[in-house]
Amino acid sequence: MADELMADIEEKTPRPVEAVPAGNPKKDDSEKIAVATQWQLMWWRFRKHKLAMIGTIVLVLFYLVSFGADFLAYVDPEESEAQRSLMAPQPIHWFDEGGFRPYVHPQIGRRDPITFKRVYVPDIKVKVPVEFFSHGFPYKFLGFIPMDIHFLGVKNARPAETLFLFGTDMQGRDIWSRLMYGTRTSMTIGLVSVAMSLLLGITLGGFSGYFGGIMDAIVQRIIEILRSIPTIPLWMGLAAALPSSWSVNQIYFAITVIISLIGWTELARVVRGRFISLRQEDFIMAAEILGCSKPRIIFRHMVPSFVSHIIAATTLAIPAMIISETSLSFLGLGLRPPAISWGVLLQDAQNIQALVISPWLLIPSIPIIIAVLAFNFMGDGIRDAADPYG
Amino acid sequence: MVSYIIRRFFMAILTVLAISILAYTIIQLPPGDYVTSYIASMSASGSAVSEGEAEALRLQLGLDKPIYIQYLKWFGLILQGNFGMAMEWGRPVADVIGDRLWLTIIISVAAIVFTWVLALPIGIYSAVKRYSIADYVFTFIGFLGLAIPGFMLALIVMYVGFAHFGASVGGLFSADYMEASWSLAKVWDLIKHLPVPAIVLGISGTAQMIRIMRSNLLDELRKPYVMTARARGLAEGKVIMKYPVRVALNPFISTIGYLLPYVVSGSLIVSLVLSLPTVGPLLLKALVAQDMFLAGTIVLLLGVMTVIGTFISDLLLMWVDPRIRLGRN
Amino acid sequence: MSDINSAADTILSVRDLKTYFFQDEGTVKAVDGASFDVRAGKTLGIVGESGCGKSVTTQSILRLVEKPGRIVNGEIFLHKADGSVRNLVQLPPNGSEMRAVRGGDIGLVFQEPMTSFSPVHTIGDQITEAIMLHLPVNKKEARKIGIEALRSVGIPKPERRIDEYSFELSGGLRQRAMISVALSCKPRLLIADEPTTALDVTTQAQILDLLRKLQNENGMAIMLITHNLGVVAEMADDVVVMYLGRVVEQGPVDDIFHSPQHPYTRALLQSIPSIDSQPRVKLPTISGSIPHPYNRPSGCSFYPRCESCIKGQCEKAEPKLIAVNDHQKVSCFLYEEQK
Repeated sequence: MADELMADIEEKTPRPVEAVPAGNPKKDDSEKIAVATQWQLMWWRFRKHKLAMIGTIVLVLFYLVSFGADFLAYVDPEESEAQRSLMAPQPIHWFDEGGFRPYVHPQIGRRDPITFKRVYVPDIKVKVPVEFFSHGFPYKFLGFIPMDIHFLGVKNARPAETLFLFGTDMQGRDIWSRLMYGTRTSMTIGLVSVAMSLLLGITLGGFSGYFGGIMDAIVQRIIEILRSIPTIPLWMGLAAALPSSWSVNQIYFAITVIISLIGWTELARVVRGRFISLRQEDFIMAAEILGCSKPRIIFRHMVPSFVSHIIAATTLAIPAMIISETSLSFLGLGLRPPAISWGVLLQDAQNIQALVISPWLLIPSIPIIIAVLAFNFMGDGIRDAADPYG
Repeated sequence: MVSYIIRRFFMAILTVLAISILAYTIIQLPPGDYVTSYIASMSASGSAVSEGEAEALRLQLGLDKPIYIQYLKWFGLILQGNFGMAMEWGRPVADVIGDRLWLTIIISVAAIVFTWVLALPIGIYSAVKRYSIADYVFTFIGFLGLAIPGFMLALIVMYVGFAHFGASVGGLFSADYMEASWSLAKVWDLIKHLPVPAIVLGISGTAQMIRIMRSNLLDELRKPYVMTARARGLAEGKVIMKYPVRVALNPFISTIGYLLPYVVSGSLIVSLVLSLPTVGPLLLKALVAQDMFLAGTIVLLLGVMTVIGTFISDLLLMWVDPRIRLGRN
Repeated sequence: MSDINSAADTILSVRDLKTYFFQDEGTVKAVDGASFDVRAGKTLGIVGESGCGKSVTTQSILRLVEKPGRIVNGEIFLHKADGSVRNLVQLPPNGSEMRAVRGGDIGLVFQEPMTSFSPVHTIGDQITEAIMLHLPVNKKEARKIGIEALRSVGIPKPERRIDEYSFELSGGLRQRAMISVALSCKPRLLIADEPTTALDVTTQAQILDLLRKLQNENGMAIMLITHNLGVVAEMADDVVVMYLGRVVEQGPVDDIFHSPQHPYTRALLQSIPSIDSQPRVKLPTISGSIPHPYNRPSGCSFYPRCESCIKGQCEKAEPKLIAVNDHQKVSCFLYEEQK
């Protein structure tokens, strides 16, 4: 039916010339297009999708932050001090004495005698110079190179006591530095979970789609059932059962497994759908008649023609993973302190009274929204580009 | 038609069974059994339980039997309406849950109604006026709605309520009615409190529904029957409302089955932030305290609730779509 | 324009119609200066390969061209039953007068009997809707007329079929039902856009017979759009041959088939297998394929595929549609020279 329809549509609205690079059909381009590989065609199409390009750039930045979290943080994320509880974000003054000399004023804290709240006042007489690539707390870059260079620091003072870019939380820990580490955790948890989901989805969806029959029926029913159950209470139950004695790394791994159990059904559906539609294609039939082995048909003929769709579906699955982790951690059932993730950071914001006095506790929600948007844009772009001949 | 109903019903039963097994798994996951936790909770309240008593209790509860027998026993009790004891509360689970399940249902339904009321006209508008400024604005808002997790939206709403109006926008009842028994006034109070949670809960679903409605309708608008309806001389507005919108409605209705679990899931977290008296906060409390019978029962009831909802949406779909009613497709 | 066929019996004249689609990638000139007449009670066949602008011509006549398409030039004169003549191009496309023309004066039958009916409305719903829009009747009377309309196209048990859905009918019955909807208000012109393409051969013949029978009974004109030359030969009184949005040749059916003048028409006719053709000889085909709409050739758009192309002329200028004899008009430089 679709083909008949297409024939009709084609007559009134000819489809845009497929994969013409910059939208300007030029004659010499057609030769370039004719010899371009599938991936080149996809890239040309993807490049035209502006939001997708922006999303990709944003995500590259986010993952750079994940790599360089220690470098970008200027305070040890665990360093707490009750005397610095709930300090407001502090502006950096970039210019001084007619030149680029960034500095900050130190904050003096005292307790308000009437409200008993801690209030902080900048000491405008003192200027503490802010410096780049400054020495700070020691860490291991990429996990094995010992270093103590940080992107930001203050001259002749401990940054923990003077620099509060995004303010501090209830225990007086620096939110900027914690956010850098939180980004690393939350961004990687999305990737690791999606990888596991993909493994499950491809295996089960692939089997189901390729072999069909009883296998397909069983897998389909499982997927159908899983999709009709509210998932959050289930995963809450699973997460709550994780022993409290487990280490941060064990919990991290367990949570990724739990989250990946959410995403695989959708991926399996996509894989199965592709397998089924491909199985009926003539070129698969031809390969079968030529006597290709099953693995050769699957990996040599089928997989290359749907890999782009899988990438699109995978990209679109990541945001749900990130939101799941964040939600679980926010409830206190996902990652637990001392682990730092966006969800863990937002736990502080659960206390509405604290939030009203210190709205900066909501800052960690901004990267969540941006990352989720970026993944969605990029996924949409890949999905549109996935079929460069279509 | 009959075979469709039977198939759907069979699927619903199967799903309930699967949910019950998952719920029982959750009950069994933490170390120790019912009796150990019972002893713990008794000794916390000052009364000791002897070894002999514990053994007797185990035998009585059948905890010495294989796990599947225990599951069958538990499921049998559930079917009789006996959900066991909630340790934390020292009261039967059914008592503790009380009105909360109904309130969860009410909020979920309110959120879905909100989703529909908003998504339907916007989806239609966006499809008909494709690439208009309003379409881009709605698409952008839709993307934002997708990107903001429910709990975060709830936090923002709470923050704005407190910071700018100095009042809590959370809760489902005013203080006067919190403990009152049900009356017309209490129902009215509930209705007045519903919009905020319904909107917070419905917004991300709305974003998805708008996208679904828009793309469904775009597909339908291209079909020849729209052109033939126009060629009959029907006015443009009537053409769109009578034909493509009506056809695009079918897949839209079938998404209830997918929306419902999503909304119920979301309601748990949103309830926590907005302090709504639904099963959400109760579930969290139960999980943190490892009060597994309570937690397992809540998971089971939520699951059964969505299965019933999905089944209703299947029937609804059959009612509106003659292709299903007459056994084609 | 002095027309050979423009006489008192003309019901629809299209003059220099241009319908363009303005897209980001470029402008598609789907119809680019088409002119032809439809005579009352006669059948005009419009032939051409897919993409030649046949369907857009239909949509232009009914003013149903969708964005980004637009009629940029030309006139479409409809001679109404009361003797008045209206230029459809000047009517607002969704105004009441244009809507009265659609379904009232002009009926449309589409290529796709499967998808031409809404899958969630009964046949009766859609046929009575058309009747109530154009005739002053109530619902009950409309239903009665609808049943009669279904009966007249040869649908058995119409009083039962009227309450069925389109997917419950076979392809042939569906197309009959479609015709009955289009004819329910007794239009004076029926536009049939590839009415038999999606049907199997026997059903095709039945539908064509039905159309001819209905034409004899009602005296309506038919504009038959098709790529099937066999159908045209069987049905049409006059023929218009289109190529890339332009009319390349037009004339009475006998002349077109027996003495085609334009190289494209000749090539088309040669590519039909015939009983008289030599066995084991390859059927001639038209070399090349229809150019992409964005890359329309300059000059005569057929020149890259034309065997009689005059170098230095055909690719530079556009030939005009001129009469080559008493009946036929051709747009080709081969004939402009003779004048």
